[in-house]
Amino acid sequence: MDQYLSILDSTITVSTPLVLASLAGLFSERSGVVDIGLEGKMLTSAFASASVAYLTGSPWLGLLAGMFAAMMMSLVHALVCVTYNGNQTISGLAINTIASGITPVLALAWFQQGGNTPMLDDSARFNDITLPFADKLADVPVIGQIYSGLISGHCILVYLTFIIILPAVTWLLYRSRFGLRLRSVGENPHAADTAGISVAKVRYLALLCNGLLCGMSGTFLSVHQTGFFIKEMTAGKGYLALAALIFGKWRPMYAMLGCLLFAFSDAVQIRLEGVPLPFIGEIPSQFIQVIPYVLTVLLLAGFVGRAVAPKAIGIPFVKSR
Amino acid sequence: MPRWAQLTILPALNLCAAMLVTGLVTWLIGENPLECLKLLIHGAFGYGEGIGYTLFYTTDFVFTGLAVATAFHAGLFNIGGEGQAYLAGLGITLTVFAFDKILPFWMLMPLCIIVAAIFGAAWALIPGWLQAKRGSHIVVTTIMFNFISYSLMLYLISHQLIEPGSQNPTTREFGANSWMPSMQHIGAAFGLDLPSTPLNATFFLSIVFCVLFYLVVWHSRWGYQLRTVGVNEHAARYAGMNVAKIIILAMCASGALAGLASVNELLGSTHRMNVDFTNGIGFVGVAVALMGRNHPVGIFLSALLFGALTQGGMDLSFAKPAITREMVWLIEGLIILFCGGLENLFEPFLAAFFRRRK
Repeated sequence: MDQYLSILDSTITVSTPLVLASLAGLFSERSGVVDIGLEGKMLTSAFASASVAYLTGSPWLGLLAGMFAAMMMSLVHALVCVTYNGNQTISGLAINTIASGITPVLALAWFQQGGNTPMLDDSARFNDITLPFADKLADVPVIGQIYSGLISGHCILVYLTFIIILPAVTWLLYRSRFGLRLRSVGENPHAADTAGISVAKVRYLALLCNGLLCGMSGTFLSVHQTGFFIKEMTAGKGYLALAALIFGKWRPMYAMLGCLLFAFSDAVQIRLEGVPLPFIGEIPSQFIQVIPYVLTVLLLAGFVGRAVAPKAIGIPFVKSR
Repeated sequence: MPRWAQLTILPALNLCAAMLVTGLVTWLIGENPLECLKLLIHGAFGYGEGIGYTLFYTTDFVFTGLAVATAFHAGLFNIGGEGQAYLAGLGITLTVFAFDKILPFWMLMPLCIIVAAIFGAAWALIPGWLQAKRGSHIVVTTIMFNFISYSLMLYLISHQLIEPGSQNPTTREFGANSWMPSMQHIGAAFGLDLPSTPLNATFFLSIVFCVLFYLVVWHSRWGYQLRTVGVNEHAARYAGMNVAKIIILAMCASGALAGLASVNELLGSTHRMNVDFTNGIGFVGVAVALMGRNHPVGIFLSALLFGALTQGGMDLSFAKPAITREMVWLIEGLIILFCGGLENLFEPFLAAFFRRRK
């Protein structure tokens, strides 16, 4: 029981930045702007938040800085994609490359630690919270074990993500006026434009929300998980989040399930490292690592279900003259 | 706007903008941008070894740049050059392991080059086929294929191809009959005394492929079809072209070109396969193709620029402890941003300027 709980527990931890990033991607892509720059925005915010948290000693100021940095990157993306009608994929690629370049350069110049930031004190980090009565209930079979082993003991960002942000994004997308506009702009911008909606304004707003969530995601990595910024610390998580978004067919709840699935395979893979299984023998960790990517390709190809992208995705909106 | 201006002034302006921003960052971290630029240029072109390394990197980037450009001409965006080059490395390694004790150099070398191209093409074939037949977006599939290739190759190198008894994930050294002649040896044959650098005969191969690229894309029936599909798929289909076939072939050609970069890396320089030997060359190819405007002359020149940045940046980071070699990534990202994303930024001004002059 304890073993299963600990796998599920680390699934939740690993999935949180993925959920945040794929919800960020959701805003952008549902508004019709391709975003392969999630990785770069996460990296930038991880650096900004770790630096500010170190300098001020406050994780919350770090979070603000992370969100601000990622929003600035999103604004660059918006400038290219919305104002200058540039190629959205290229812009995303540029953001990723710039982020890989500027973070170690600034980190080395400011902290002289080989491109990393100094270790944060416990008070400057988001620490795990033990929920009330978790210790007392730990001995109660099943319910108590789940409560204390799985639900309790995460950092505030995890609870924020699953209890507030995820429902809020779902509501915003499907039930609010902004969500309706967002989806219409992503499906048929010309019709939306005719109805008096400013396509540019909606896409700018979508990208600002995108930056906000990317910033939280990056902050989670540096200010909670590792406690400092490491060069290239996102290590493909942004792309994984994008894969989860596609896996979830551009819908928030399904994207979250995709993230949980990918995080679960990650948690299992760490446990299986070097452990021989009955009948199969030892599974090399690379075989499990590759699952999310293979699944996404199969899904995109329509072999298992079919992922249909927002219709206007990737096409710059040019008002016909 | 005249074509010559589009091919010269615009890239130059974009480069200046990128350098200006980089200079600003350099100044922000307390270094003198002009001094750094001088160090960088000296590192890339100031002495024999520097030039050798610059041209060695240039060779890589010419291949990956041509690869991206081939797909671009068909309206496809292949960011999978990294994975395709990686898999081509597998092809080379397997061929060398099978034949380096049997075949002489003059048979083994062409075989390796062909196998590298085939492996690269095969890894691009699947995304190409999925795009043409199943409509899955090429950008996303090639990204996913990059990650699949990382895992696959890491597994193969660290579990199957690893040199017995070795602690590092690397294969055994290739037999000397599979080594691409280095420029030092070629120079010696002509009585020239060249410094020892990884620069090798693959450099000439890259120039041959630039010429071939020009001939095929602009002076062949297939090249015409390629560009037609790129400009307007519906028109191409209406004109009776087999669009799916052209897309698949374009991706294969693109993958094959990316694969040839591995010939330069493995047979020309390391003579064994290491984990991550591609080291981002596939992504640099995107910047090279964008800045070179998908024309072989432009691609060669921008490959030279990126080769110089890579080598000069390395030297700069040795000379200035406060600057890491990731500075080059920043410049590269900015060039991608200005040349690719913000291509409409300077164009209207420039176009207006030329209109007024008329």
